[in-house]
Amino acid sequence: MEIGGIIAYLVSLAIMAGIYAVFCLGLNIQWGYTGLFNIGIAGFFCIGAYASAMITTPKPTGVYAHYVNQIFGLNLPFILGLLGAAVICGVIAFLIGIPTLKLKEDYLAIATLGIAETFRLIFNNEHWLANGPRGLMGLPQPFQGLVDPKNYNYIYLIIIVIIMVVVYLSIERAIRSPWGRVLRGIREDEISAAMSGKDIFHFKMQSLVFGAMVMGLGGALYAHYTKAISPDVFTPLYGTFIIWVMLMAGGSGNNKGAVLGAFVVWGIWIGTKFMTDLLPYTLKARAPYIRFLLIGILLEIILIYRPQGLLGEEKEVSKLIE
Amino acid sequence: MVELVIYGIVLGSIISLGAIGLTLVYGIIRFANFAHGDFLSAGAYVALFMVTGLLAWIGIPDTTFGSLSFGWRMAIAFPVSMAVVAGVAILLDQILYRRLRAKGSGPVILAMSSLGAAFIIRMIILILWGADSLFYRPGLMRPAIELPLGAKIRPDQVLILFMVVVLVSSLHLFLKRTKMGKAMRATADNKELALVTGIDTERIIMWTWGIGGALAAAAGILYGIDVQLHPYMGWNFLIPLFAATILGTIGNMYGALIGGLTIGVAQQVSTAFLMPTYKLPVAFVIMILILLIRPEGIFGKE
Repeated sequence: MEIGGIIAYLVSLAIMAGIYAVFCLGLNIQWGYTGLFNIGIAGFFCIGAYASAMITTPKPTGVYAHYVNQIFGLNLPFILGLLGAAVICGVIAFLIGIPTLKLKEDYLAIATLGIAETFRLIFNNEHWLANGPRGLMGLPQPFQGLVDPKNYNYIYLIIIVIIMVVVYLSIERAIRSPWGRVLRGIREDEISAAMSGKDIFHFKMQSLVFGAMVMGLGGALYAHYTKAISPDVFTPLYGTFIIWVMLMAGGSGNNKGAVLGAFVVWGIWIGTKFMTDLLPYTLKARAPYIRFLLIGILLEIILIYRPQGLLGEEKEVSKLIE
Repeated sequence: MVELVIYGIVLGSIISLGAIGLTLVYGIIRFANFAHGDFLSAGAYVALFMVTGLLAWIGIPDTTFGSLSFGWRMAIAFPVSMAVVAGVAILLDQILYRRLRAKGSGPVILAMSSLGAAFIIRMIILILWGADSLFYRPGLMRPAIELPLGAKIRPDQVLILFMVVVLVSSLHLFLKRTKMGKAMRATADNKELALVTGIDTERIIMWTWGIGGALAAAAGILYGIDVQLHPYMGWNFLIPLFAATILGTIGNMYGALIGGLTIGVAQQVSTAFLMPTYKLPVAFVIMILILLIRPEGIFGKE
């Protein structure tokens, strides 16, 4: 492969890792700082992607209407797609939070898992909603036409990096505020936090909604990168499990760790593809399973031998002390 | 409708077997085992390996019992698979959860570890058998017995109900009569008090995993006999299992039995109004309703 091809390949890797980094940052708010156990990230991934797709595409007319069913299509700009995805994910997180956040942490896990599976089934079966299993295609990309289409990925990488930095800085700011200290207080010792007069339920709810909105952004970024989405993308493996491994590998409770974990684990994931490409032809069809098996073993090793991840949580002390 | 209720009871009895194991693990070891669904798959596929591979190779004849869809091969594979999955569950505890417990990791980290274990089991099944649906005995005629009110039931399904009754009654006797059973119930009631009275909790934990794994394997095989085998079968059971466990109050075996039957009947009856693929959301909606109305379950204390 000549050098231009290698660079283009690296850019596409960086785009996917950057999208996953946004998900990791969202999960870090919920798990890293608040201790909320969300194992239905795929649900927010799915909703964010579909929301942005339906906001930014026009409703099919004429001949297309025979082939593509879509409940609405607003034909609005990309930025409104991003915002819409975030808002809708926030609302759904709020609804899930109501029955679960007052109970033990496992209930949130089971409920988010259920909601993720339910959304995937709904998008798969309800053809009138968003074209069923065939999904939606031809999603618009911002600033297209500015450069040669074959170089477009550079522009999209810049967009991803800008959004990632904005999300990163806003989480850093929020987490260093008194609000962030309450979240960490709840994570460490819920009863003490409650005894200090903090309304645990409301703080948990805000954290859940904030994290889900960031995940919605991630879903929208993914949808406009691939330009085509279908329900089979948002599986527990690609949509939830790998994001957990990324955050645990990088270091939960550390935003730098969340970003680092996304890039490292995505690198490992792609690296194992080169490994399984060496397998004999008959085994190739099952190569993705071997790769996911390795990712699963990686998670278990991290949990036992390095639960703090690569970076671990930063000590949050006043700058005046140092 | 009567037929749907009967099929619901068959499905529900399978869910109950899984949910009883899940609720024991939840009540005694105190964490949500997200790998429990995949124990069902593991049991079903170990039995498949025995029936179509090992036992065929040894030369056990492939004749069936009367109008049932299986014979001696399955009769041997069934208990062996239960023992194997019990071993897998204990092994996972030894390799993963015991170390995490020793480090003082919280229940959520254990739950996350079990989620990882669930994916590992499923990936091994996918690597060995691929992603297609499989049957213990492909292309078989499935004769049905006519019941009053126009309902039909297959001999296999009668046997499934019989097996569930046998397994649940034996577990009931084990928990009520044996010393180990009593110790398990004591640990579920109050772990600290059980420790003080000299109960060896590590042994209790091993027994709990063993029983949970064996029952899950039985449930997986019975579902495989009734419907089919699929690598995601166990994962799709996970939400119904948790719904049954929460409905019947966590840690309560009889609650899990009732919860499983309720969820099974509700899922099957829902197919009269909804697409069959929505069985899982039906269990999920029931679970959310329980969480809203009575999160401690039907047998829970306020």
